[in-house]
Amino acid sequence: MLTVALFAPLLGALVLAATSRWSAGQARWIAAGASGVSLLALVVAWLAFDPTGALFQHVDEVQWVPSLGMAYRVGVDGIALAVATMSAVLFVAAILYPFDTRGEARQYYAWLLFMHGVSLGVFLSLDLLMFYVCFDLTLVGMYFLIGRWGHGEPQLAAFKFFLYTFAGSLALLLGIIGLYLSLDSPTFDMRTIIEQQPLAGSGAYASLVFLAMMLGLAIKTPLVPVHTWLPQAHVDAPGPASAILAGVLLKMGTYGMIRLPLAMLGETFARFALPVALLALVAILYGALVALGQSNLKRRIAYTSINHMGYTVLGIAVAASLVGGHDEARRLALTGATVEMVAHGLITGSLFLISGSLWQRTGDYAMARYGGLARRAPQLTALTVLAAFASLGMPGLAGFVAEFQVFTGTFAVYPWLAVLGVLGILVTAALFLDLLWRLFFGRLPEHLENFPDLDRAEIGVLGVLALGIVAIGVAPHFLLDVVEASASLLTGGR
Amino acid sequence: MPVADLTPELALLIGAVVIVLGAAFMPHSRQGWLAGAALVVLITALGAVVVQWPAAPSLTFSGVWILDAPASLAKLLIVGSGALAVAMSPDWMRSDPRHGEYYALCLFALLGAMVMAAAGDSMELLLGVLLSSAASYPLVAYHRGFAPALEAGMKYFLIGALANALLCVGVVMLFGLVGDTDYRVLSAFLAQSDRLALSVAMGCVILGLAFKLAAFPAHAWMPDVAQAAPAPVAAMLSVAPKVGAALALARLMALLPGDQGLIWLVAMVSAITMTLGNLAALRQSDVRRLLGWSSVSQSGYALMAVAVIERAEVAVTALLAFLAAYALANLTAFAVITHLRGRTDLDDYRGLARTQPLATAVLIVAMLSLVGIPPLVGFFGKFLLFEATLAADHAWLAVIAVLNTLVSLYYYLRVAAAMLFAPPEGEVSTLGRASWLAMLVGFVLLLAASLGVEGLFQDMTLWRVAAAG
Repeated sequence: MLTVALFAPLLGALVLAATSRWSAGQARWIAAGASGVSLLALVVAWLAFDPTGALFQHVDEVQWVPSLGMAYRVGVDGIALAVATMSAVLFVAAILYPFDTRGEARQYYAWLLFMHGVSLGVFLSLDLLMFYVCFDLTLVGMYFLIGRWGHGEPQLAAFKFFLYTFAGSLALLLGIIGLYLSLDSPTFDMRTIIEQQPLAGSGAYASLVFLAMMLGLAIKTPLVPVHTWLPQAHVDAPGPASAILAGVLLKMGTYGMIRLPLAMLGETFARFALPVALLALVAILYGALVALGQSNLKRRIAYTSINHMGYTVLGIAVAASLVGGHDEARRLALTGATVEMVAHGLITGSLFLISGSLWQRTGDYAMARYGGLARRAPQLTALTVLAAFASLGMPGLAGFVAEFQVFTGTFAVYPWLAVLGVLGILVTAALFLDLLWRLFFGRLPEHLENFPDLDRAEIGVLGVLALGIVAIGVAPHFLLDVVEASASLLTGGR
Repeated sequence: MPVADLTPELALLIGAVVIVLGAAFMPHSRQGWLAGAALVVLITALGAVVVQWPAAPSLTFSGVWILDAPASLAKLLIVGSGALAVAMSPDWMRSDPRHGEYYALCLFALLGAMVMAAAGDSMELLLGVLLSSAASYPLVAYHRGFAPALEAGMKYFLIGALANALLCVGVVMLFGLVGDTDYRVLSAFLAQSDRLALSVAMGCVILGLAFKLAAFPAHAWMPDVAQAAPAPVAAMLSVAPKVGAALALARLMALLPGDQGLIWLVAMVSAITMTLGNLAALRQSDVRRLLGWSSVSQSGYALMAVAVIERAEVAVTALLAFLAAYALANLTAFAVITHLRGRTDLDDYRGLARTQPLATAVLIVAMLSLVGIPPLVGFFGKFLLFEATLAADHAWLAVIAVLNTLVSLYYYLRVAAAMLFAPPEGEVSTLGRASWLAMLVGFVLLLAASLGVEGLFQDMTLWRVAAAG
């Protein structure tokens, strides 16, 4: 199943790249089909997932480079399954979302499919080196998407993005090699490494490996102070690519933190849990405050991503803390972090798709140039309001479920951090209300007289994402059951 | 005399002589046929290398000639890269009034590199270096009406003369210290001889080999040769002599286990070479020069493995895997440039993706492999290098290499961006079918190596350099 999910989009990308027969519309449907097959496979895998079973399920294994201990290994736990499925949904959405491909539809959809395949590769991989390979390949795909279909200064943005995140990748690689060298019989099999905990209790070396890995993942997340690549990449990327960047690529950082340092270097992470949690707090407050100061729509959403990923990292750090007697709280925090990843993917994905729609209509992100759209475009308004409210943590929507769990968990372990962190939510609420006010209320500027509302395809895509946001908010159990099972295994419960 | 042990070398030697004689008697219009003859010779030699692939390391010809798996793989790389370079040549050389000898010179240069890779005796090493150098000088300046080529040839020759002289001095000093040139005798005596004289002698040898590797401080010829020599020659000279010299240097370093000073020297040369090459490549607006500097920096990476050759088990594998990956990627990149008639200015590459999609894709894949983006074979090469240096407690070198990899990404991406994102300009003329085929073969080999990386490693993991016999 997982192999199907992984290779259907890659195959689709190959088909699109190799032939020149299809028109733009056909290319889009082929892409959507390949992407849909992948999503379907993940849904089947979800249904067949047994929350009371082993940590990793649906495992497939084929040898690739046995002399290095490297193989094609895929498998999921609940956390991977949740994040991967969310990613697949977002990819289908991004592909279906109407976009001006500038006459190069085949290439555009081929790159999106390629991104789909390798992103799932990151989440589904059980091989450390394969994880790294896919982690790096996402950079290549995003580089071309931003550089070729972006606006503003796309090449500079693409370039900065690649260089910055590749630096992180290399730090991660050094960490991985460090970990690999410390094993008795070298292998990249994550299951073996998680079982062996090779660096448990070995001082400075373990710290170095941990820091190298953490640096790489923090850049990807991005965590303050290594976040500076994000705003420009977001602003200049095309709308659907921004949605992928925020919804899927950022998750690789936090997912990696759960999969590598938390699972493989538990004791070392525990030593660093408080500093990481503090950094996360800084990211939460800083991201919210800087976002409040932005007058550019996309830049503002980009900075809220930093804020939201801060919640996730906070949850992970709490889960890693190993503070005695708080197993339940740590499990809760990890579950919350995972749900935050899923929720943030859906919510921010929607928000970026919406800003893509605004750009296609007006070519402008300056919020000052908008206003009064509520009457002109009621459907756009309704969907934006929903996404914005979900993002600021309104009960009954996905964001709340996640933030509630993260903060409840944090409160038990680091109460002061939780208190300060809640301030971030306050600022987020302010900035989203301000955003909604500036876009949709007040006087309608003249140049927006003929502003068209969302078309049917856009409503369809955003509607499905909104449905997901509401579903997680109202009846989160379908998600929580799967995630909690793995979270309690990882935090040492059950 | 076990003549059969030298079949690959003899094939090249005899082939070269036949080609020289043929070129003397053939009319101008048929000189291109000799490319075919050279290819046949090279393929024969390839076959011979495969047939004699040794299971266990051994010595032949009174112990001066090493037959082991690393040597065989190096020969495979050298002959293979020569074959690709020769395949690119006939279209390129068509306008040259006489070019039959060109192929003979190629074969001699390759022979020299093979001798370096298999040398088990310092005199033989010297012979290999000199043969390779002497045959390469005229190749670089083959277009004698083209002033930059003459300048490159002159620079190559002058630096080469100095470096080869140093190598000579080093070998003579080693002989003076030991009274023999055989590596086995050397290693037995080196432990107890005069440290200072030994260090000076080995330092001279290392500097001499640095010239063949295009490593600091004897690297200055590489960018000029890459820019001005005939493109197939640039392809060959950026690969074949390096493979031979890197292995030869590795064998010498293996003679002196635990000599901190020399390990430190090689590690420093490695760090300086890669940094210098990368920083210089950053500013190039000429793609061939850029590849030349990048080739300098790649030599620095190869030296990482040489520095830790005795301290990390994986180092030999790392060195050979890296060299194989580098050779494939670099040859493929130069094959693209040859196919595009050697166009060299970065501005000439603008918008090439629209007019020459295949060539663009091949060049980008080759460059990504040079950076080390997984799952291309270049990644595995670098991965093993990092592993070896970390395992030998040279983490600082690995960190420098990582930083350098980042810098290198910058200039490779600059070329990729020019080809992909800029609007196309003017007509693109290409060379011909042979060069197109050579480009494609390089590309296919590169992809095949990436997918079948295991096959490349399988035999290498247990290889040791049979230096001391």
